[in-house]
Amino acid sequence: MYNTDSKEKEYSIQTKDVHLHYGDFHALKGINIAMRKNQVTAFIGPSGCGKSTFLRCFNRMNDLIDNVRIEGDIFIDDVDIYKTNIQVDDLRKHVGMVFQKPNPFPKSIFENVAYGLRVNGTSDKNFVQERVERSLRQAALWDEVKDKLKKSAFELSGGQQQRLCIARALAIEPSVVLMDEPASALDPISTAKIEELIYELKKDYTIVIVTHNMQQAGRVSDSTAFFYLGELVEFAKTKTLFTSPRDQRTQNYITGRFG
Amino acid sequence: MSFHDGKSINKSKRLAQNAAFVIFRGLSFAVVAILVIILAFIIFRGISVISWEFLTEMPRDGMTAGGIFPAIVGTFCLVVGSMLFAFPVGVMSGIYMNEYLKDGWFKRFIKLMTNNLAGVPSIVFGLFGMALFVNRFGFGDSILAGSLTLGLLALPVVIRTTEESLKAIDDSFRVGSLALGATKWQTTSRVILPIAFPNIITGLILSVGRVSGETAPILFTVAAYFLPRLPNSIFDQVMALPYHLYVISTSGTNIEASRAMAYGTAFILILIILIVNLLANWLRKYFAKRVKMN
Repeated sequence: MYNTDSKEKEYSIQTKDVHLHYGDFHALKGINIAMRKNQVTAFIGPSGCGKSTFLRCFNRMNDLIDNVRIEGDIFIDDVDIYKTNIQVDDLRKHVGMVFQKPNPFPKSIFENVAYGLRVNGTSDKNFVQERVERSLRQAALWDEVKDKLKKSAFELSGGQQQRLCIARALAIEPSVVLMDEPASALDPISTAKIEELIYELKKDYTIVIVTHNMQQAGRVSDSTAFFYLGELVEFAKTKTLFTSPRDQRTQNYITGRFG
Repeated sequence: MSFHDGKSINKSKRLAQNAAFVIFRGLSFAVVAILVIILAFIIFRGISVISWEFLTEMPRDGMTAGGIFPAIVGTFCLVVGSMLFAFPVGVMSGIYMNEYLKDGWFKRFIKLMTNNLAGVPSIVFGLFGMALFVNRFGFGDSILAGSLTLGLLALPVVIRTTEESLKAIDDSFRVGSLALGATKWQTTSRVILPIAFPNIITGLILSVGRVSGETAPILFTVAAYFLPRLPNSIFDQVMALPYHLYVISTSGTNIEASRAMAYGTAFILILIILIVNLLANWLRKYFAKRVKMN
């Protein structure tokens, strides 16, 4: 269903006039954006501006909330993901997600990474073994855990747990990885590791990261989108957005006048 | 007046606090004391008849001598039978209510009904069981009818503990699993249930304690007044500990002569419930540990 021949297509995520309502609250007001393949796009903006809500549209996590209404079109690798014949579990296999708080399962380190493979029907033992190792290497965690794969994931530090969650997301080979403030619960050293990792991962994945930290957006992203009160105010190359913003509101936010 | 001269204008508030704690402490001790007195009383009166013979032999001489073996076996059969019914039905209902059913009038309605079911007097379960299982379904006075009746009685507790155990689990596990392309059922069965299992098991075993002590529901559905043999099938009647206790205390052939037997029976019944509760505690810890390791 999805075109995984990724190098061919220019845009990984495109949205057309996306509106989202939580009951009476108009949370997203007509968002149009197009994010390139194998690039890191950062969403910034003050709390409540809709950036996380918008991110959760891409793997339809908003479906889990009652009273949410979404209008407009969202295309991921040229598939309209809100069309009726889309199965959300297929979509979520294609669009991985890393959450704000590390949320490993109460299983072993190995089983955490293998979980996505198992629920998607992979049972070949060698294949699972290989894929777990590769994912842990991609998440720069292999050397730290290779001797204790059978140990509980809860024995890892917070930063290691978050990289485990990244490995878990990578194991099912998504094309897009969504990260919702992935380092906000971590110490500076762990944060630096995650940032390095994001830089490495964009070779293989399209990454969208929500962050409150503007320095972080500046360090890891190619493009940055600034959201304010449910609107996409400005979307540009990260360098351009931070050095010469076109909109006054962007200017105010990045210089710390509000937010 | 300063804070370190040891005088306080507000002596009365400390007095009030001390008085409150003294009263609370006294009442807590009273609760423990009552339990200890009950246990001591039963042990004291019943210990004299406890013997290997008491546990393994049939009652004799108008239930004034011999043992309570058939009642122990009967209670065991009823507990196992009722759990075979209440566990799957209750756990599945609990899962449905917490994981699948959306908040709304329907969920509130089911909840209300479950809570009401928990409040139905046990004698009413007995009557219902007799009308439905014994007569309508034609099971007769049997282990099957008694187990189903006891199972119905245990159902609300099993449903509620399952629901509470599931509710206590952080949503981040569910969201994390769904985000990996797992279906709701995969999420429930592979992530959520293993976490909830220790608590569900505890609830289940505690309801075993409740079921093993119930008299009213088995009165019209299975319990035999005097049946000195073991059951051959689920359509047989059995004796059961709580009913046996009732019989030899109130309507035996020679109540005075069987008094010690009654206390002995009560002692065994309490002992079984105590063992079951300890087992529940141990299992919960055991499974809680295992969940973390795997």
